[in-house]
Amino acid sequence: MLNMSTNNLSYNDQGGSDSAVEVGQETTPTTNAGAGFGLFSTNFKKNDDLKEMLESNKDSLKLEAMKRIIALIAKGKNASELFPAVVKNVASKNIELKKLVYVYLVRYAEEQQDLALLSISTFQRALKDPNQLIRASALRVLSSIRVPIIVPIMMLAIKEAASDMSPYVRKTSAHAIQKLYSLDPDQKEHLIEVIEKLLKDKSTLVAGSVVMAFEEVCPDRIDLIHKNYRKLCNLLVDVEEWGQVVIISMLTRYARTQFTSPWKEDGLFDENSERAFYESDEEKTENEKEAKSYMMDPDHRLLLRNTKPLLQSRNTAVVMSVAQLYWHLAPKHEISIVTKSLVRLLRSHREVQYIVLQNIATMSIQRKGMFEPYMKSFYVRSTDATHIKSLKLEILTNLANEANISTILREFQTYVKSQDKQFAAGTIQAIGRCATNISEVTDTCLQGLVLLLSNRDETVVAESVVVIKKLLQTQPTQHSDIIKHMAKLFDNITVPMARASILWLIGEYCERVPKIAPDVLRKMAKTFTSEEDIVKLQTVNLAAKLYLTNSKQTKLLTQYILNLGKYDQNYDIRDRTRFIRQLIVPNEKSGALSKYARRILLAPKPAPVLESAYKDRDRYQLGTLSHTINTKASGYLELSDWPAVAPDQSVRNVEVIEPVKEWTPSLGKSKLSKSSDDKFYSDSGEEEEKEKCSGSSSSDDSSSSSSSEESGSEAESDEEKSSSQSSEESNKSSSQSENSSSESDSEQKKKNATKKPPQKKTVKPTAKDSDSDENGNVAKEASSSSAEESSSGSESGSDADSDSGTEHKKKTKSKAKPKMEVKSKKVVSLLDLDDFTPTPVTQPKSYVLSPSLLGDLEGLSLANVSSTMQVSGPAFVPEKSHDLLHRMTGKGLSAQYQFPRQPCLYQPTMVSVQISLTNTSDHPLEQIHIGDRSPTGLNIYCFNTIECLQPEASVTVSLGIDFNDSTQAANFQLCTKEDQFSVSIQPAVGELFLPITMTEQDFRKEQGKLLGMNESSATITMAAENTTSQPISRQVATVANLGVVPSGQDNLHRFAGKTASSGAVVLVTVELKESSTALITINTEKSVMGPMLLRDLKQALSQA
Amino acid sequence: MIHSLFLINPSGDIFLEKHWKSVVSRSVCDYFLEAKEKALEPEDVPPVIHTPHHYLISIYRDKLFFLSIIQTEVPPLFVIEFLHRIAEMIQDYFGECSETVVKDNMVMVYELLEEMLDNGFPLATESNILKEMIRPPTILRSVVNTLTGTSNVGDTLPTGQLSTIPWRRAGVKYTNNEAYFDVVEEIDAILDQSGTTVFAEIQGVVEACVKLSGMPDLTLSFMNPRLLDDVSFHPCVRYKRWESERVLSFIPPDGNFTLMTYHVNAQNLVAIPVYVKQSISFFESGSGGRLDVTVGPKQTMGKTVEGVMVTVHMPKTILSVNLTATQGSYIYDNGTKLLVWDIGKLNPQKLPNLRGSLSLQAGAPKPEENPSLNIDLKIQQLAISGLKVNRLDMFGEKYKPFKGVKYITKAGKFQVRT
Repeated sequence: MLNMSTNNLSYNDQGGSDSAVEVGQETTPTTNAGAGFGLFSTNFKKNDDLKEMLESNKDSLKLEAMKRIIALIAKGKNASELFPAVVKNVASKNIELKKLVYVYLVRYAEEQQDLALLSISTFQRALKDPNQLIRASALRVLSSIRVPIIVPIMMLAIKEAASDMSPYVRKTSAHAIQKLYSLDPDQKEHLIEVIEKLLKDKSTLVAGSVVMAFEEVCPDRIDLIHKNYRKLCNLLVDVEEWGQVVIISMLTRYARTQFTSPWKEDGLFDENSERAFYESDEEKTENEKEAKSYMMDPDHRLLLRNTKPLLQSRNTAVVMSVAQLYWHLAPKHEISIVTKSLVRLLRSHREVQYIVLQNIATMSIQRKGMFEPYMKSFYVRSTDATHIKSLKLEILTNLANEANISTILREFQTYVKSQDKQFAAGTIQAIGRCATNISEVTDTCLQGLVLLLSNRDETVVAESVVVIKKLLQTQPTQHSDIIKHMAKLFDNITVPMARASILWLIGEYCERVPKIAPDVLRKMAKTFTSEEDIVKLQTVNLAAKLYLTNSKQTKLLTQYILNLGKYDQNYDIRDRTRFIRQLIVPNEKSGALSKYARRILLAPKPAPVLESAYKDRDRYQLGTLSHTINTKASGYLELSDWPAVAPDQSVRNVEVIEPVKEWTPSLGKSKLSKSSDDKFYSDSGEEEEKEKCSGSSSSDDSSSSSSSEESGSEAESDEEKSSSQSSEESNKSSSQSENSSSESDSEQKKKNATKKPPQKKTVKPTAKDSDSDENGNVAKEASSSSAEESSSGSESGSDADSDSGTEHKKKTKSKAKPKMEVKSKKVVSLLDLDDFTPTPVTQPKSYVLSPSLLGDLEGLSLANVSSTMQVSGPAFVPEKSHDLLHRMTGKGLSAQYQFPRQPCLYQPTMVSVQISLTNTSDHPLEQIHIGDRSPTGLNIYCFNTIECLQPEASVTVSLGIDFNDSTQAANFQLCTKEDQFSVSIQPAVGELFLPITMTEQDFRKEQGKLLGMNESSATITMAAENTTSQPISRQVATVANLGVVPSGQDNLHRFAGKTASSGAVVLVTVELKESSTALITINTEKSVMGPMLLRDLKQALSQA
Repeated sequence: MIHSLFLINPSGDIFLEKHWKSVVSRSVCDYFLEAKEKALEPEDVPPVIHTPHHYLISIYRDKLFFLSIIQTEVPPLFVIEFLHRIAEMIQDYFGECSETVVKDNMVMVYELLEEMLDNGFPLATESNILKEMIRPPTILRSVVNTLTGTSNVGDTLPTGQLSTIPWRRAGVKYTNNEAYFDVVEEIDAILDQSGTTVFAEIQGVVEACVKLSGMPDLTLSFMNPRLLDDVSFHPCVRYKRWESERVLSFIPPDGNFTLMTYHVNAQNLVAIPVYVKQSISFFESGSGGRLDVTVGPKQTMGKTVEGVMVTVHMPKTILSVNLTATQGSYIYDNGTKLLVWDIGKLNPQKLPNLRGSLSLQAGAPKPEENPSLNIDLKIQQLAISGLKVNRLDMFGEKYKPFKGVKYITKAGKFQVRT
């Protein structure tokens, strides 16, 4: 009663002070409240002073009090009676005080729900705070207060926070989802909506937390993952480590439901390659066929590829989760890449070792080969903890085979002598297992074990006996002397299990030791009453068996023992005795059964199989708690079996439009995206045309020419401007388009040149608009100008058309149209990305995402090197194509490749290669794709499989190859349905660069950093025609994909680029000297590439 | 995920508890204490215990048990790794991780735990972020705090959590900009009686102490990166660049951190810097035995071997030892049966030797196995694998930092079987 009234009192008071806060005053207890608490404190004298301190005006005193209270909580003492006094400080301005109050509140709110409600309004207000961190912490505390009444408030707050601007707040809301769910599971449906929304979030900060919420609230809603699958895979590397663990384990489950098995039919035990030998040839070929027909889903591959770098994480949990992912998802031959990392974890803390060793134990049963090379890492040290020792022993036993058994046995010998007797006993069991598994060493082991029988330690002896018993069962024929030896030792052995084992052995093989057995029985009859139960049972057993084989000598003894057993205290023994008596001693009641007594008791018994305790652990997902404790933990989610047929993979396709809009602004390197945009633009411009048959032919023409113009003008935008080349360019693209002739093209061109200046002005705003829309950062001069030019080109193109024969009306129309088109095309063309790759399969659109994302990351890493360097378009694209596969060797398939010198879309570190495939045979070629590659680590972005190539048809596909900044050839196999052709692409050193633009100052600065070792130079005699700037630029650009740097001096020509893989800067200077000599200087930290480039340049510049 | 945490001292007292979800009664620890009673050594307590309603995952570190309560399926390594992070965080904040330190700084530890987990899921585990939120105590600050009544809780809200590089705090400023890297290599080895190597490998770690202003972008390259067989990195290291160029490129956290750990290719024969000649024997009569150990330098690459220490876990039946050391001193603790011989610097001219007699408990049988020797040693200015840092470059900032690299070789788990 009293308590309640005080509660009420303080409640009133609280209301008062709360309103005081609202008017913006400091919380000061009124005298009234003081009286209230005075009353209160009489009940709880010990916290008197704390309450007084909390009520004081000084923050320092309050703080001191709160600290003492928190210390009480930390020690596990109850401080709940202070709740009213504490809770009114919830709105304090002092941050530390506030934090401590939060801590207190979260701890006790559940117990004092009514009072806790008082604080809610404070949090509600804080949820609207402009500072994201305050919003987040308010949500965090609000959702931690486990008071059911505020569920609707929490729900609202979560929903709001889920669409907050700040990713940190969104992360907090993901955490709050789980809290709310555990408070009120009825909210599930609403929470799933929020989860669905947050799953779409692209912040790495949110990803881990929301997947955690997903796992807790609705792990079965796999359908929510589809659209986010590729994004999660791509973000994974950048998510914080704890989130990685959660995401990886979720994706493991996901992948098991969505992809088909990469394992061959007998894949599960495929480790035994011997198995394949024994199989009939027929089966083998069948298997191979099956293996061949399997094609890994690109999404499956994406997951494996993106998790691999995480094996290098410092967080052991991350490494383990990647290891289990590979174990459960990767093709068998790829699993072994996790070995090294797992072995590395063994250097970590003892507890980590324990878990990792457990998992290795399970893995090593199925796949010895994985860990065999690291066998010595599992050698036991005397300082290891007992459970570590036995796990290592387990693994060593699993790894034992014919080849290494002698090494392992030698190691075991040391262990048997260990002071840790439990471990020594474990070793003996391990020896037993080795002996049964590997028949070559059975005898050696047996002899070794017999020697151990004379060991002084009892546990060792007992264990040896038990193991010997098991071993003898497997090959009982020739070991009567061992049995005799054991019978001799019998008197000295006291461990019941060992004694029982010996008795059993003698009974089982009593015919081999006919003299000794009755004697042992005689001894046992003497000590029967003082034996352990297990020994008594075996004595009865022995007696029965002897009675059957040698009744003359043992009849009386057996009778005696059976009589003793009949009156034993243990009912099991009485039971057994009765049973045995009925069975072996024939009388009128025993019936038919006793006739078979001999066959029942002395039946040959199957030898026990000694196998690992980890044999069946693989039913649990590796790395889980359930695996560790070997029972199903609550909340464990089963890993489903692979589906026989993969579910529709198109569900993972994502609408690209949104991500691109989202992504581009954040690009660190706007140029990269710009140029790729350009590419889409020019490529799909025509495609769009084809689809869009509507509209006048004039507008058709105009836009096709606009695209051709653009590619031309791109080349122009750089210094080197050769008209022949640009017309070549435009010719090329226009020839692809259906209805524009080269004549009209050149005509347009002329008109362009004349009409440009006035047009430019009108178009400018449009171009600018679209530009700044696309990339938020300030667009580069060059890029914007190229965009300008392109759009102006399209403008003038349409002009030209309308000039050539249409009325004025149409002219205005068409004038308006391109303007719109410029804008809309950008969006639409991005959507139509499929057209970029030749096959219209449901090409995963996320690949569009990944390069831009990678570009983003790249931007991060390089932005600091120099913000002024930007990748630009190629100055010159050589027409020269190289033979990849001759039609004779390719059985009709011929392939040529060339370097388009565009930054690779798939990964910025790759060099893009265009391959044109032509079918010169008379039948269609099916399923052209890329097969094995070497070196195996070679990173190739393959084109999609070409389902069918008709005779005489040809198709151009693009490929990304990461040459790793070396001119080493990339070897791979070009496969058709029937054949495989090994081909190789050897890049010239110049193709490994990407041109960059920079100012002269930057050039000098960079050059200054790359002196000495990094500089290589040579003086050459120039060919006569190469003495002016244009030819030099052309020659250099032909040899290497470098950008031109503006130069203030006439005799100095500068070129700059960076290597594709590593982004190392490459600077080339050509200095003209008198009498047509020139000094070529190359500055790059790539000490191999420098001289190679120098050689090529020398050659190019010194000859015509 | 992680429901609650209890800190327990070796005698079984719970001195701190923290709950992130609803409160779990501390009686749940009884299961753990029971298991602890059963185990001979604290190290032998199983890390994962299964009880009817909870799962207990514990670590034993710095003479403390960190016991976490789990209710549902979670990767056990996730919890274990996190518990170790807690211990490292305490170490980082207060210089050591012990019962006294935790008790003295109870409130701060509690606040830290509050920040590290939200609803049992790790929230902020980077020490740079935590230090922005809760400043570590220094002597000066604690004096100021008591005088002025200000506190250790940062009054600026941490921004590190929001950045894409959460390991580095913003606005770092130093007058002396310096970056030091310690390449520390440990030799793990097992030698048998005759001195032959049963197993040996080198594990290395690059510890960094970076105190640079602003947002420096560092690139560290090695002369011979091919030596490195297996590596793991601090999250700041750009893996792609390592893959392609074998250089470490990173924006470092502020202060001390472990940049990378590596394993040196085991195919290369590992140089063993010392040899040990030993003979330990027990008389058949069972009354005692003799011990004679000599340590000498072997492959030291011309450097002196320092800090040599030999530790022997004597069999339980040894009663006392009577030894003489020609160099250094030895201590024998009869309680733990631990013999520690601290030698110090190895002098190749005069090899240190320890010899004398061991006496057994009366009537005890002769020990079956000789105790193995654990060797500790240190070699300055040498990375035994031959790994060398080539250069360190800094981008993104204007000033010239002071750079230093130090090499140390140590014995890791270096065991001589006898």
